[in-house]
Amino acid sequence: MWYFLMSDAFTFGAFLIAYGTTRFATNGWPDPNQVFKSYPLAAETANAPLVFVSIMTFILIISSVTMVLAVQAGHAMKKRSVVINLILTIIGGLAFLGCQAWEWTHLHHEGAWWGSNPFPNADGTNATTNFTNFFFTITGFHGFHVFSGVIINIVMLIMTLCNVFEKRGHYLMIEKAGLYWHFVDLVWVFVFTCFYLI
Amino acid sequence: MSNEAVLHGSHVDTSHHADAHHGDHHDHHHHQSFISKYVFSQDHKMIAKQFLITGMVWAVVGGLMSVIFRIQLGYPEASYHWLTDILGDINKNWVTKEGRITADAYYAMVTTHGTVLVFFVLTAGLSGTFANFLIPLQIGARDMASPFMNMLSYWFFFAASVVMMSSIFVESGPFSGGWTAYPPLSALGDASPGSKTGMDMWLIAMALFVVSSLLGGLNYIATVLNMRTKGMSMTRLPLTIWALFFTAVLGVLSFPVLFSGFILLIFDRNFGTSFYLSDIFLSSTNTALPNEGGSAILYQHLFWFLGHPEVYIILLPAMGMVSEILSTNARKPIFGYMAMIGSLFAIVILAFLVWAHHMFVTGLNPFLGSIFVLLTLLIAVPSAIKVFNWLTTLWRGNIRFTPAMLFAIGFVSLFISGGLTGIWLGNSALDIHLHDTYFVIAHFHIVMGVASMFGMFAGIYHWYPKMYGRYLNNTLSYIHFWLTMIGAYLIFWPMHYEGLAGMPRRYYDYSIWESFKQFAELNRFISTVAMIVFAVQILFLINFFYSIWKGRKVTSQNPWGSTTLEWTTPINPGHGNWPGEIPEVYRWAYDYGKDGHEFIPQTQPVGENESHH
Repeated sequence: MWYFLMSDAFTFGAFLIAYGTTRFATNGWPDPNQVFKSYPLAAETANAPLVFVSIMTFILIISSVTMVLAVQAGHAMKKRSVVINLILTIIGGLAFLGCQAWEWTHLHHEGAWWGSNPFPNADGTNATTNFTNFFFTITGFHGFHVFSGVIINIVMLIMTLCNVFEKRGHYLMIEKAGLYWHFVDLVWVFVFTCFYLI
Repeated sequence: MSNEAVLHGSHVDTSHHADAHHGDHHDHHHHQSFISKYVFSQDHKMIAKQFLITGMVWAVVGGLMSVIFRIQLGYPEASYHWLTDILGDINKNWVTKEGRITADAYYAMVTTHGTVLVFFVLTAGLSGTFANFLIPLQIGARDMASPFMNMLSYWFFFAASVVMMSSIFVESGPFSGGWTAYPPLSALGDASPGSKTGMDMWLIAMALFVVSSLLGGLNYIATVLNMRTKGMSMTRLPLTIWALFFTAVLGVLSFPVLFSGFILLIFDRNFGTSFYLSDIFLSSTNTALPNEGGSAILYQHLFWFLGHPEVYIILLPAMGMVSEILSTNARKPIFGYMAMIGSLFAIVILAFLVWAHHMFVTGLNPFLGSIFVLLTLLIAVPSAIKVFNWLTTLWRGNIRFTPAMLFAIGFVSLFISGGLTGIWLGNSALDIHLHDTYFVIAHFHIVMGVASMFGMFAGIYHWYPKMYGRYLNNTLSYIHFWLTMIGAYLIFWPMHYEGLAGMPRRYYDYSIWESFKQFAELNRFISTVAMIVFAVQILFLINFFYSIWKGRKVTSQNPWGSTTLEWTTPINPGHGNWPGEIPEVYRWAYDYGKDGHEFIPQTQPVGENESHH
C-alpha cells in the first residue's frame, strides 16, 4: 500500500507542479475569496469567502479521525466499534462528495467549466481559462479518489459484517484502507492550499 | 502474507508452518482447465511467458515497420508495388500510385515503431517477462505477493495492446507525431491525420499500459521485500533481482507523472482546456487558437520526468541479467557485488534528476542547463563502475561461450559504444548541433534499444531451459548472435557520421536536400543491413517456437551449473515451484570457483573452515 501511495503522490505532485508552473507563468490569477464565497441556499449577494470549503475540509478531516478509530478498534478486535466508525467514515466521505458536487454545480451555473472562466483576475483584468481548467481537473481527480475510498470502505464494511476479518484473526485490511483514506485526506490539504488559500 | 497463503488463498490459516502443507502442492494444481492454465493464469511463470510472447508479437510489428520506413529512406525513388498493395489494404492513405509509401504512413510507422518498441517490447516484454519469471524463482517464493494482481497486470497490458493495434487500422491512421507525443501536434486534432482518432486511441492504450506497469511494479517490490525464503537476505540476492527491484521502483515513481501528463493532454484534446495550448497561429485555418496561457514545454517536463527513468527501466533488467549470466558462464564470482548494487542505486537516483537534458534546446535557461549537464555526466560514473566490474568478472575466467554468454558480452560492448556517445550528447553546447540528428538515433538505439534487446536475448537463451524444459538449437543461436551483433553495428555506426554532418531525424525524404545527397549510398547500405538483421530475428523466432515442442530435452536440473535457486526446482516446475519445502539459503549467489569447487549452490550450508559473504 505504501508503494502505491508513493506513486499516487507522484501523480498528484505532477498535477500540482504543473499548476504551479502555469500559475507563475501567467500574469494574473482570480482571487479565490471572490470565487468561492457562496454556500447552499444562500442569497445571490452572499459574501462568505471560503466558509463552505472550510466546512468541507472539516468534514473530511473528521472522517479521518473516525477512520483512525476504526483502525484502532480493529487492532483491539472490537467488531461493533469497527462497524460504527466505518459507517461514520463513509458518511463523512459521502458528505464531502455531496459538498463538492454542489460546489461544482454552483460554479457551473456561474459559467465556469473546462475551457471557460467567468472570473476576472484579482487585479480586474481578464483571466485565462487555466484557473478553471486546473481547478476542475485536480479537484475532480481528487474527488474520484475520495469516491474510490468510499467504495473501498464500503467493501471493508461488508467484509467486517460478514466476519471475514474475525475468521482471519486480524483487521489488517482495515489498516490498509485507512492508509489510503488518510492519504486522500492529506492530498486534499495540499489541493485546498493551492486553490483556495494562495 | 506468507508464501503458502499466496497459493492457497486466504482461507488457509496462515499460522500453519510450511511443512504442514508439505507435499500437497501438486495435487492442488494438476486439475486446471485450459483457461485457468494458459489464459487467465495466476502462475507467475505462465504470466511471464504471456508477456514474452505478446512482446514478441509487438517486436515483429515494430521491427517490420522499421524495415518499411528504412526501405523508404534507402530507396526513395524506387517503387515496390507488392509491398504497397499490402499496406494499401490497411490504409488507403498510406500508399501513392507510384508504389511508394506516403509521408503520413512514414510518420505513422516511425511513431508506432518508437512507442511499441520502447513501451510494449522493452518495458512490458523485458521486465514483464523476467521480473515475473525470475523474482519468485530466484528469491525462493511460491509465487508473487498477489498472483491475482499479477494476472490483472498482464491483462491490462493485453488491453493496451489491443487498443494500440486497432489504432493502426483506423481510417485516419495511428498517431504520427513521434513517440514522445509533444503538443501542439498531439493536442490538436487538425494538426495531422494521425492526431485525430489515432491519437485518442494512443492515449487510451498508454493509460492502460501505465495501469499495467503500476500493478506489476507494486507486486514486484512487495514480493522482493516480503517473500524471500529463509536465509535470503537482501545482500544474498542475485543481481538480477536487485536490478528488477530497482526497475520496479523507477516505474512506480515515474509512470504516474506521465499519467498526469496524459490526463492533461486528454483534457486539452477533448474538453477545450489550455494546459499545453496557447494562442498559436494555425496556417490551416488562418486563425489563432482560442486557447491561452498554456505551455507546450510543460508537457515536455512531465513527459521526460518519466521519459528519462524509462530509459533505465529498459536498461536495468538487462544489466541485472547480464551480470548474472557473465558470472555464471565465466565461472567466477561477480566482481564488486556491493559496488554493482550501489551503482544501480546511484543510477536510480540520478535517473530522476536529468530529464531536462532532453530539453536543452527548448529555450531552457542555460544556467539550469549546465546543472543538468553536470548531473547527466555524473551517470557516467556508476555506468563505468558497472562496465569495469563486468570486464573484471570476465578477466581470467573459464569462459563458456554459450549463446546467452555471447549476447551478454555483446550487451557490454554495445553499452560501452552507446554510452560514450551519451557523454557527447549530455553536453548542452554540443547538443545544439547534435540535437534531433541521426547522432541521437544512433546513440539511443545502441545504448538502450539494441543493448537491452541483447540483454533480453541473453535472458531468453539462458532461462529457456527453465521456461520450457528444452534447449534452443545452438547453431541457429550462434548465427542469430553473430549476424545481429555485426548488423547492429553496421546499421547504427554510420548514423553517427550522418548525424555529425547535421542530417536531421524524422524526415521523410532526404534525396531532395543537396547537403545530404552524399548519404544516399550510405542510407541504402543501412536499409539493406536492416532488412537482413530483421530476417535473422525471424530465424530466432522459428528457433524459439520450434524448440518449445521439438527442442532437445533438458535432462539435468542445473544445466548451466548455476548457484541460484531457480535451478533447484524440478525441470518442469508446477505452480508453487518447489514440490516440497522451499529451500533455505546459506550463502550469496556467486560462489563460483571457490575453494576448488566449480560452483556451490546457495542452498549448501557454509562449511566449517569456509569464509563466507
